[in-house]
Amino acid sequence: MAVGREVMAYDVVVVGAGPAGLAAAIRLRQLNGALSVCVLEKGVEVGAHLLSGACFDPRALDELLPDWQARGAPLHTPVRDDGLLLLDARRAYRLPLPPRLRNRGCHLISLGQLCRWLAREAEALGVDVFPGFAAARVLYDADGAVKGVATGDMGVGRDGKPKANYQPGLELHGRQTLFAEGCRGSLTREVFERFDLGRDAQPQTYALGLKEVWEVDPALHEPGRVVHGIGWPLPADTYGGSFLYHLDHRQVAVGLIVGLDYRNPWLSPFDEFQRLKTHPVLRDLFAGGRRIAYGARTLVEGGLQSLPRLTFPGGLLAGDCAGFLDVSRLKGCHTAMKSGMLAAEAVCAHLEAAVAGKEVLTYPERLRASWLWQELHRARNIRPGFRRGLWSGLALAALDTLLFRGRAPWTLGHRADHLALEDLSRHAPIAYPRPDGVLTFDRLASLQLAHVHHEADQPCHLQLRDESVPLTVNLARYGAPETRYCPAGVYEILPEADAPRLRINAANCLHCKACDIKDPTQNIRWTVPEGGDGPRYGAM
Amino acid sequence: MKVLVPVKRVVDYNIRVRVKADGSAVDLADLRMSLNPFDEIALEAALRLKEGGLAGEVLAVSCGPAACQETLRTALAMGADRALLVETDVELQPLAVARVLHAVCAREAPGLVLCGKQAIDDDAGQTGQMLAALLGWPQATCVSELQLVEGRIRATREIDGGQEILETRLPAVVTADLRLNEPRYTSLPNIIKARKKPLDSTCPAALGVAVAPRLQILGVSEPARRRAGVKVQDVAELLEKLRQEAGVLQ
Repeated sequence: MAVGREVMAYDVVVVGAGPAGLAAAIRLRQLNGALSVCVLEKGVEVGAHLLSGACFDPRALDELLPDWQARGAPLHTPVRDDGLLLLDARRAYRLPLPPRLRNRGCHLISLGQLCRWLAREAEALGVDVFPGFAAARVLYDADGAVKGVATGDMGVGRDGKPKANYQPGLELHGRQTLFAEGCRGSLTREVFERFDLGRDAQPQTYALGLKEVWEVDPALHEPGRVVHGIGWPLPADTYGGSFLYHLDHRQVAVGLIVGLDYRNPWLSPFDEFQRLKTHPVLRDLFAGGRRIAYGARTLVEGGLQSLPRLTFPGGLLAGDCAGFLDVSRLKGCHTAMKSGMLAAEAVCAHLEAAVAGKEVLTYPERLRASWLWQELHRARNIRPGFRRGLWSGLALAALDTLLFRGRAPWTLGHRADHLALEDLSRHAPIAYPRPDGVLTFDRLASLQLAHVHHEADQPCHLQLRDESVPLTVNLARYGAPETRYCPAGVYEILPEADAPRLRINAANCLHCKACDIKDPTQNIRWTVPEGGDGPRYGAM
Repeated sequence: MKVLVPVKRVVDYNIRVRVKADGSAVDLADLRMSLNPFDEIALEAALRLKEGGLAGEVLAVSCGPAACQETLRTALAMGADRALLVETDVELQPLAVARVLHAVCAREAPGLVLCGKQAIDDDAGQTGQMLAALLGWPQATCVSELQLVEGRIRATREIDGGQEILETRLPAVVTADLRLNEPRYTSLPNIIKARKKPLDSTCPAALGVAVAPRLQILGVSEPARRRAGVKVQDVAELLEKLRQEAGVLQ
């Protein structure tokens, strides 16, 4: 198939137009206007697949484009008020704000809007940004080094055969390829395995974030207000928390983050999120409003100890596909940007000096010398402390931040999320209330607000290694957990007579990657569908 | 023969739109905008005529704000040779667009105007017909098959219970229906080539056209929400409900 494909050559090929990829592209052109740089993006436009809270620390942006304010960056809502609540089913208790959760100086933004603006800045600097083109394969040279990526073929039918409008993908060759695909990138996963990038690191640990944007009653709207919540609706043995950000234009972003190391296969992150909005202290805000957007995306939480090897011959990793989120601050946008900038600086120096070898070995050195490393080092023990539940987690976090100030003489470990699930029989089913259509909704109604679209006649982009496992393992042992953790209703067990069957509604997929992470035997593999397919988030 | 293809920037067809809180219009903030799908089909038809040696230059024209340049770049990436933006921030209604296109036709003298049969945002479906009337040219609307034979057009239209085949002379205005073709994907090399193709800009005043709206929008509202269904025990109860509550049976 690869023979005779069109080839386009760049100095640097960036995969993914998120904060890491775009910051890297901008930095590369700032440092050397002679370097040719392109950015591939699978979403139909930049921002279409981006979802974050987002309470944004402008530190990296200050370094990248110091005059961002004059250039019209979409940072309109500075944080004015911070709060941390412990929720039980009826009440909310105000907790003292940990120093790392103080958000003064931060801005409440839409990451999609920010990156659309960054993409325009990148284009003005001469970067080729290509939304609507999915990088589908990694290309290697004769020595086994990465030499670029191939975009997916367009116009291939369900049966794998070309249709009338078939258009073969093409090869993008780069002297360096920067993978900035975001959490659990599909090509990143391939290079991870090929170059064994995780060999010296703890397993990565993940969470699923669900988010809605509501337009609320102006009388209840307090632009710049930040409320983080822990506790209800999640049980104490499940890591997670909620956020409520009052943006501008009467809009409020509300979300729930659920650690994917949860044990109870009955748990449904989507239904927990719906339930959150019915809490007595929250419901009035939503009761008079209307929901205008919905989406979901996984995020990385492993921190420093899960950071893989970041370089390999011909390529590097930046942003969440490597895992730069700072769990103690619940922030990953500025760290993703910084990692992209550090990668760009290392790549630029490498290409300019014509260093021997295809691996940019100075990137990890630059990282270790940066504030990003210090920030992640301070945060490293927060997430693993929650493995035994909320209370021990809070106690350990308090000990770590208040007593040791992030300099504790130990580093706690992780284990892979998919191993955490326990047998169905060990847990009691959770009875979730039916959606009321006012505060709470079902998955299908929610999907309409994510504007998801996939060409129906194409090969299924959710691949099963073994077709029988969904029934023999997933259904038999865990009661088909994919039907509950998928926030888009992609997986469905059809109770046909004596032979139930798994149906995959791939067209619903929000590209969150939860299935690729949480499937107990890692039997589901997420691959890219046709470029441009997926959600069309407006400002998430 | 030059083919002129008008293209409109509309909200993407996969977006479920919502009405602004004040009921004045549809809220388009931050939403994905794209080339009107029917115009894409018209452009594909023009490109196939060109590739078949039946047409020369393909000119894409858009009217609206500066952001329409993006739509025109898409048209150029698909294969149009040249693009023209008639830039205005005034809200444009079909007659205004037809007048603008009329003036552009006077300047460009195309042999064929290929439009989409309607734009998916306002669904007016009037511009092509109005343009044909202003030009005094024959028109074939909602065309699902198009042939150019010896300087004449043969157009097939789907009508109730069958097909209607029209034949007319050129120049003419043709509007494209969904079934006319399946548009091609744009490719990366063509997107890069499109950056070097000419994209000119003018404004309605320079063309001597007044575009002020003639229709006033009184209000925009969402369709009434469907009420939840109820389950009935038996046929008798169903009939009772149809008589008493729905009022559809006597």
